[in-house]
Amino acid sequence: MSGVFTGRLRTRATGLHPPADASAYRSTALRSPRHAPIQLPSTASEETGPVFGHDLIGPTDADLTRNFGPGGAIGEQIIVTGHLRDEGGRPVPQALIEIWQANAGGRYRHRNDGYTAPLDPGFGGCGRCLTDAQGAYAFRTIRPGAYPWPNGGNDWRPAHIHFSVFGAAFGQRLVTQMYFEGDPHIALCPIVQSVPDARAIDRLTARLDMDATIPFDARAWRFDITLRGLDATPFEGRP
Amino acid sequence: MTRESASQTAGPYLHIGLAPNAAGLPMFGGDLGARMVGDGAEGTRMVLTGEIRDGSGAAVTDALVEMWQADAAGHCPARDPAFTGWGRTTCDTAGRFRFETLRPGALDGQAPHVTLWIAARGIGLALQTRVYFPDAPENATDPVLSRVPESRRDTLIAAATPEGYNIKITLQGADETVFFDI
Ligand SMILES: [Fe+2]
Repeated sequence: MSGVFTGRLRTRATGLHPPADASAYRSTALRSPRHAPIQLPSTASEETGPVFGHDLIGPTDADLTRNFGPGGAIGEQIIVTGHLRDEGGRPVPQALIEIWQANAGGRYRHRNDGYTAPLDPGFGGCGRCLTDAQGAYAFRTIRPGAYPWPNGGNDWRPAHIHFSVFGAAFGQRLVTQMYFEGDPHIALCPIVQSVPDARAIDRLTARLDMDATIPFDARAWRFDITLRGLDATPFEGRP
Repeated sequence: MTRESASQTAGPYLHIGLAPNAAGLPMFGGDLGARMVGDGAEGTRMVLTGEIRDGSGAAVTDALVEMWQADAAGHCPARDPAFTGWGRTTCDTAGRFRFETLRPGALDGQAPHVTLWIAARGIGLALQTRVYFPDAPENATDPVLSRVPESRRDTLIAAATPEGYNIKITLQGADETVFFDI
């Protein structure tokens, strides 16, 4: 085999991610490839990725309570914080994390969201930040509301925040959702339960963090994120 | 060892999160990845368009597409300071997307190609594929293409257009695009 395949990215774990066709989540029916993806060791194309600089990020980009409209957002203010690491436990510094979410009533500021909960003039619903040298990140936002969605007739999403994460390599790219500890809808949601591994679902569930909670201001929720492992040097013995 | 965090669908509203200005929210002074090529970039300008269809042939209008590629000299990441190598865009109401970029050079040992990454409602783990060029002689020896069954290789080859190239992406069914776990 050619030396193009350096395999520096750890092979994606099987049985961890949702299968393409998750029948209880009906939108997968026509959007799931019938062929399994072709698995290959990584090449330079997957082992490199875009670099985002601090000059990109404005001072309030990570504060969803203030980054959109005048007056601030309505709802329970919270801190969402955690560390970004790879599967080897190494911090991923200078990584771009973007989030989006519904407002406190469960409504997205999106033209296709017709839920009856009102829009909040002080809330756009998206934010972004870069991880620091230790891989740490933090957002200030409001706790999003649960909302109903057309799927099984009476499906409600647990309160959640959508996360988009870059690592150092484009092959580490990850989109996921963060849930809140104790939400009874986690066990009922076809999207959450499309993840076949209960421990993996548990790791998508943020925990109350009293150490990061700001007294008389905002409770904090801890959500650590792990990206595929990326070896610093080519793994010997790989083709 | 802690394994990777599980993926979850980006859902139907990902445009407000990842391309808010395109979704009508004036945020952050512009959308990331909207401009790939700056003044003075070296190489041949190219428009890469595409369209995404589902298993019924319907346009996928809510997808977000990102791309990652080498610069014109074949360096990945790009060494050309006027070229980012990374782009992000949204599908329109016909499921079409468009990148204004440079024709990539050949990476060491590989044919010129673009990596595409597709996130949307109904997709639990974002889909990754590659776009190759119909007129590249390196295709014949590309180590990734050569591992794709010959009958399906065509799904990865773009078609020439007046301004560049176009790729048809079919998520499911006959002519289903080859996706990679790589
Ligand atoms: Fe959502």
